[in-house]
Amino acid sequence: MTLLKMKFNQQRRVRLAQGLWLMSWLAVTGGAFIFCLGVYLKTELLRRDEVMENAEIHVVPNILMMVGLASMGTNWVASRVCQDSLDVSRFPRWKVPLLAWFAMAALLCCLLLTVVVLSYALQGSLEDSLKVGLRNGIRFYKDTDVPGRCFQKETIDRLQMEFRCCGNNNFKDWFEVQWVSSRYLDFTSQEVKDRIRSNVDGRYLLDGVPFSCCNPASPRPCLQNHLTDSRAHYNYEYQSEELNLYSRGCRQALTDYYMGLMNSTGPGVLSLFSCVQMSVLLSMRYLQTAVEAAIASENPEGESEGYLLDKGVKETYQDVRAKVLGLLKFGQVDPSEDASGAAEGAKTADTEKAATPTPAS
Amino acid sequence: MAVMKMKFPFQKRVKLAQGLWLLSWCATVAGATTFTLGCLLKTELHRRAEVMDNTDIHIVPNTLMIVGLASLGINYFASKICQDALDAGRFPRWKNFLKPYFAISCFFTVLMLLTVIMSYAMTGSLESSLKVGLRNGIRFYKDTDTPGRCFQKQNIDRLQMEFQCCGNNDFRDWFEVQWISNRYLDFSSKEVKDRIKSNVDGRFLVDGVPFSCCNPSSPRPCIQYQLTNNSAHYNYDYQTEELNIYLRGCREALVNYYMGLMNTIGAGVLSVFLLQVHTVLTAIHLRFLQTAMEAVAGNENTEIETEGYLLEKGVKETIMEYLDPVLKFLLLKNQVQEGETAPVTA
Repeated sequence: MTLLKMKFNQQRRVRLAQGLWLMSWLAVTGGAFIFCLGVYLKTELLRRDEVMENAEIHVVPNILMMVGLASMGTNWVASRVCQDSLDVSRFPRWKVPLLAWFAMAALLCCLLLTVVVLSYALQGSLEDSLKVGLRNGIRFYKDTDVPGRCFQKETIDRLQMEFRCCGNNNFKDWFEVQWVSSRYLDFTSQEVKDRIRSNVDGRYLLDGVPFSCCNPASPRPCLQNHLTDSRAHYNYEYQSEELNLYSRGCRQALTDYYMGLMNSTGPGVLSLFSCVQMSVLLSMRYLQTAVEAAIASENPEGESEGYLLDKGVKETYQDVRAKVLGLLKFGQVDPSEDASGAAEGAKTADTEKAATPTPAS
Repeated sequence: MAVMKMKFPFQKRVKLAQGLWLLSWCATVAGATTFTLGCLLKTELHRRAEVMDNTDIHIVPNTLMIVGLASLGINYFASKICQDALDAGRFPRWKNFLKPYFAISCFFTVLMLLTVIMSYAMTGSLESSLKVGLRNGIRFYKDTDTPGRCFQKQNIDRLQMEFQCCGNNDFRDWFEVQWISNRYLDFSSKEVKDRIKSNVDGRFLVDGVPFSCCNPSSPRPCIQYQLTNNSAHYNYDYQTEELNIYLRGCREALVNYYMGLMNTIGAGVLSVFLLQVHTVLTAIHLRFLQTAMEAVAGNENTEIETEGYLLEKGVKETIMEYLDPVLKFLLLKNQVQEGETAPVTA
């Protein structure tokens, strides 16, 4: 009981080959586009590399790039097959490669689905990575004289200005860290000495934030210091002040940015592309079966039948399973047969061993 | 007296038409590119329209866009002529269009070159426009409650952060202007009263700059206030401090940016100009073709060798022939003279 049989005369076969050729070139373009998307996402992730602690999220653009390249190659092969499909002498050489092609195309479709799922699933991992990365960035903000950390200040400043955010969760993260380097503190001053003594670890903590937290949309010049003290500034109320600094935390801002990037490109593009790839796969199957039937019949230019599966779904699945297991068993030792064989082998080895020592002794 | 007569075998005619067809399509694409470049420049100038006092500089992108569109049309027209060029039946209908085509094509080619020259010539105008615009921006920085000026603060802040600049000529421009609004000044405080009294106009001037002047590359947290007072900050020397705030003025930064943009675009437009000149020269060959085809017309064998020439009469007479309709249109030539000669010829 064949699955989805269809009749194909010569005219229809030609049309199918032409249509498939066009679609496979479309899929090549789609593959190139997906590769470019992967490259773009990777570049964006690498740009903010310093505030990410691990690179787990990079698996998404890596898979995208691989799928893009693989689909370009696969669909190019499909177009070559189409070109040969109407030539009776050249088509038979594609018989075996086509099996590999089908496996590859199916794998690509699965990978595309995986990528979409992963881009949602890895959000938590991205957030954790950013949490640790930003915490370190804020801690090492003052260390502009320590090799390896001297660019943290500039990185965090530019990040806060570009993404319009302040601190890790919010601006209060800056209150818990000494972000003013001791090189610029006058230790003879009473104020500095008081602040350091009031702290257990001897750190100079302020209720102030760096200038990069300032919001240009604020109607008043930026207030950076003595933020919690409403009396320190004229006409200032700490609780109700909203526009002075950026209220969003940088972890939130970056997560939103990357999720937005992956969600806007992911589902739409990838589902469209996998539709194209699936239709290429199905059309190729029809073309293969129709052309093979035509070649096998007495009249190659006459009518032939094309189908998706030779037997039904269940039977085909069992067939494939048996074949695969057979392939796997080929490498394995068959216990019943080989045991006697091994025993014989051992006997001959023993006799050989017995033979060799005698000359020595 | 024909100018530059040449013999034209059929093969040569075909090659000429094909070559010109290809050239004119390339020139069409180039015309589209010019239009796009003009749009780009216009958008960039428009983005910073708030810090420019006048829009004189906009003539450069406007001309580029017009030239781009015109050359798109002209070269498309030329390619259509080429397609009909080898068909003796269809070619004659283009006869009347060839002269205007040459004239318009030359005009727009020259205009393209003029645009590039203009973009260099207008640097001074751009600078003075920016000078006035930035000065106003800095003056109205504090007026976030005045309708019409309430976005100046945000514009200037974002401009200074994006172009990494401070003030008009340099950061000292902020010392001469009150950029802190009276709404945020405590007039009961002694310090505020002293500052206002020390000033003739009663303005609150500080030797400080807004936060947007701060340079993120500085190793120390930004010092914005009391910039000229070395003792106000630990380990700070006003004269030698370089990285704390941006030292460049915004006028210089913006002029450099726009000049760089116009130089890049100018290079592109110059190459389009060269392509256009090449096309016009090839179109002159088309003139040869036209005259050769006219010799073919009426002859049964269209594949014979014919003669073509550049100009039927001499150069002077041809120029007069071109200019006559233009002058007549502008009513510069005496109409009576034409009326007198007309009955004689009739």
